[in-house]
Amino acid sequence: MRKKKLIAMLLAGGQGSRLGVLTNRMAKPAVPFGGKYRIIDFPLSNCVNSAIDTVGVLTQYEPLELNAYIGTGQAWDLDRNSGGVYVLPPYVKGSAGEWYSGTANAIYQNMSFIDRFNPDHVLILSGDHIYKMDYSDMLKQHIANGADATIAVLKVPMEEASRFGIMNTDGTGRIIDFEEKPKQPRSNKASMGIYIFKWEKLREYLILDENDEASQNDFGKNVIPLMLNNGCSMFAYSFSGYWKDVGTIQSLWEANMDLIREPPELDLYDKEWRIYSKSAIMPPHYVSADARVESSIVTEGSTVCGTVRHSVLFSGTQIGTGAVVEDSVIMPNARIADGAVVKKAIVGEGAVIGRGALVGCEPNESDPEYDTNLTGDITLIADMAKIEENRRVPRGMIVARNGAKTL
Amino acid sequence: MTDNAFGLIYTGESNMQLRDLTTSRSIAAVPFGGRYRCIDFVLSCMVNSGISNIGLITQKNYHSLMDHLGSGKEWDLNRKRDGLFILPPFVTKENTGIYKGTVDALRSCMGYVRRSPQRYCILSGSHTIYNTIYDEMLEAHIKNGADITVMYSVESSFSPDDQFDDLRLQTDDSGRVTDLEIDPYRPKSDFQSCDVFIIEKTLLEYLIEDAYSHADHDFIRDVLVKKVRSLKIYGYRYDGYVARLNSIGLFYKHNMALLDGSVRQDVFNGEHPIYTKVKDEVPARYGKGAEVTNSIIADGCIIEGTVKNSVLFRGVHVAKDAVVENSILMQATNVLEGGQLSHVVADKGVTVKRGRKIAGYDSFPVVLRKNMTV
Repeated sequence: MRKKKLIAMLLAGGQGSRLGVLTNRMAKPAVPFGGKYRIIDFPLSNCVNSAIDTVGVLTQYEPLELNAYIGTGQAWDLDRNSGGVYVLPPYVKGSAGEWYSGTANAIYQNMSFIDRFNPDHVLILSGDHIYKMDYSDMLKQHIANGADATIAVLKVPMEEASRFGIMNTDGTGRIIDFEEKPKQPRSNKASMGIYIFKWEKLREYLILDENDEASQNDFGKNVIPLMLNNGCSMFAYSFSGYWKDVGTIQSLWEANMDLIREPPELDLYDKEWRIYSKSAIMPPHYVSADARVESSIVTEGSTVCGTVRHSVLFSGTQIGTGAVVEDSVIMPNARIADGAVVKKAIVGEGAVIGRGALVGCEPNESDPEYDTNLTGDITLIADMAKIEENRRVPRGMIVARNGAKTL
Repeated sequence: MTDNAFGLIYTGESNMQLRDLTTSRSIAAVPFGGRYRCIDFVLSCMVNSGISNIGLITQKNYHSLMDHLGSGKEWDLNRKRDGLFILPPFVTKENTGIYKGTVDALRSCMGYVRRSPQRYCILSGSHTIYNTIYDEMLEAHIKNGADITVMYSVESSFSPDDQFDDLRLQTDDSGRVTDLEIDPYRPKSDFQSCDVFIIEKTLLEYLIEDAYSHADHDFIRDVLVKKVRSLKIYGYRYDGYVARLNSIGLFYKHNMALLDGSVRQDVFNGEHPIYTKVKDEVPARYGKGAEVTNSIIADGCIIEGTVKNSVLFRGVHVAKDAVVENSILMQATNVLEGGQLSHVVADKGVTVKRGRKIAGYDSFPVVLRKNMTV
């Protein structure tokens, strides 16, 4: 195998439990986003656009959807003779197998995979952020600094800094201190969960970490603090631009809405930095004579006969005559029947909203009790769920696949 | 059954009636339906029929066609066994590289035909659009014991202006073809060929060699029409939507027909998808104040103005206060603020400057040449 300068390892094993019923059947990185993408398209496309041709995707939770989606990697130009994309689930070694117990453990268990390529550096990515980033620029800085590790950071508003892992740096950008979710943050440089390590160094620390019984085998909690304490040379790489964690219903909805703003917060039209995805094989979408579409994005295969405002329609969606869709995200092949009204909702893949149904309507006294902890004021309909004719689904409710409300 | 067939598509047709649309591309590469090219339809029909060995004869202006087809992976034709074979002209002692007709073209690819292990050949042109699978047609071909089976549709309307390689069939009660006419001044029959034939490979080889040695050049004119009595030719009727892109008028008409739900249903049948080159475009974006009605819009479009009764290909931009009506705008057309288009066919990359107004008629759409600025 030819020696590689840098390979990427993408952590895609997370369940994403805060996404509720959306991740019942698929891992978070496979969740549809932005009309024709899935979340994982962003880190994968960033890799390809940064000239990284070898990516290991670590899966664990509900891997079927993700495996099927990645396939040979052809959609991202990652079907290569030397390198390409590899899906890496946990496997049985010797007499026993082990699940990935943490982010660092997942990499530890795949050391032999990385060794095959004998890279100088390893890029660690997570599969739950929406952003465009040139990793090759980060690598350039990493090499120029002669760093053992480089951590990408983003300046966040000071009042939000206590929600993140915060890096305190000296004048040269060297990290002198790391605090996980500090109460009194001293800086607003938040870790983006994107790391470049010297492979030699990381290998050493992964083994150290694995041998530590008390460790949770997590990069942020264990490996990075340990390396800092031992005086490794670690630098921050400042990123500026759009970056969004889509780990919650609220943030997933917001990130979709960000695409509709004028101008959009995330420019997907950049021909030099395309976001690739596996395209559905469908004809262009059709907008009927009675339809009205405004401030929205609409994808191929859709048919719009109703009113769509400030919404994201994925491929193959159908909006019936007289139906109204506002401030909503309608995932692939979902159908909104005639006269139904959907407001501020996320409707999962293949879900059907019956005629005249009201999704996201004002709650009233006759509604059963339900929990809006996960959703806030966003209504969530699971994939393949069916909402009967004229039914009301009040604001913030979650409807699961079998129609039962989950509390 | 169709796994015992291979496809052979001839793309060398030269049709002057498509005017500017074919100056830089072959008919097979003419854009259609918002994101497709002509060739996608017959290729997809073959692939959906389970055919995995397809030869594509190219002749003129085939760069955009080759760019479009690539390795054939979008049609699942990048195979180790069989796959897509692009057969461009070449020069040898006995082959001048310039085909006088389909017989010459077919003869130059006899090597490919000989090597194809399948028994039947599905021979097709490239400018007729429909969506079907050939299983039943092949079944009928075998049941009839036919030498050649021709697919036809019933076309009642006729206009001499739209005539191009117009092959008309007259059949007896059993479906056997009793007479064939090409480009007749007054057609005796409504049965018009869809430009796709089934023929056994060995018979094709014989007929081509025979025609060549008699200095014949055109497979239809010199072989089929002349041998209609000695060969057992059968018709196979197709009742779905058929679009023959024979002229600008028909190109306009058939694109517009897609605005009709039943035509769309027929042409883009979900069970038999039409494959095409993937461009990784962004979903279409509707701005504030966009007004779009009765239109087909492809990915990558940005619409801030008004669009009515139109077909927009990928990456078209319609700026604020611009109005596009009854028009077909191909890839990356840019209509700037206040531009007004009505009954216009804009080829790829056309820019319409601010406030410019262009209007054609239903029977005479204005064609804007590729990359032109108005």
